[in-house]
Amino acid sequence: MAGPMKARAKMQGSYADVRVLMNHPMETGQRKGSDGKPVPKHFIQNLTVKLNGKTVIEGEISQAVSRNPVFTFRVGGAKAGDKVEISWLDNKGETNTTETAIA
Amino acid sequence: MDVTRRGVLRGAGATGVLAAALATGLLKPERALAASWNKAAFDAKSALDALKSIGAGNTLESSEIVIEAPQIAENGAVVPIEITSKVAGTKSIAVLIEKNPFPLAGQFHFMDGALPFVKVNVKMGESSIVRVVAEAGGKYYTATKEVKVTIGGCGG
Repeated sequence: MAGPMKARAKMQGSYADVRVLMNHPMETGQRKGSDGKPVPKHFIQNLTVKLNGKTVIEGEISQAVSRNPVFTFRVGGAKAGDKVEISWLDNKGETNTTETAIA
Repeated sequence: MDVTRRGVLRGAGATGVLAAALATGLLKPERALAASWNKAAFDAKSALDALKSIGAGNTLESSEIVIEAPQIAENGAVVPIEITSKVAGTKSIAVLIEKNPFPLAGQFHFMDGALPFVKVNVKMGESSIVRVVAEAGGKYYTATKEVKVTIGGCGG
């Protein structure tokens, strides 16, 4: 179900611009499928951004975030070459993680 | 630090509740996959109830929160919203789409150098006020922006 994640991090002056794409249906539970029955809720609930292994951002999100969510964050105190790890956890317990180095 | 921040949010700003929770070990520092998700806030059907559930019952209007969002969104399924808080010491930012069936779209907690900034695409069922609440120094600051939606993004 969960497709690959993509992340990119780049220094922008004093901070690192971190962009991440998560492949996820983000079903709201309100949409009806082709059989006329509501498609059950399936969405990312938690996301975590780590810089060199240390958590810097924690997000709690709802089904109101668009399908295949894209987030941009800004992380200070970083430098080129530092490792950024981003992970998510959805309401069915599925999870995914990706890692990138700051350019 | 992590524990305190979470405690303040969960404890609806009541320091007594926080102290009690810490004392009884209700708030555990380890998170990882057992990440917390504020069900009460996300299940709230009104923005006011959602705000209460994140501890932001009382908010102060602030011009230091910048919301960039389209005035008119053609497609409610993907509405880009960019938020910057210039309130000193911002610890978290919450985004509420007031007219969505469940207004709270997300809350982001910033620590150790992360800047109080987030850009995210959200779904909007209809034209609505987008409300952002930033937490700093135990207080909650808020700003709003109206986004008109021509095609809703909640149904099929």
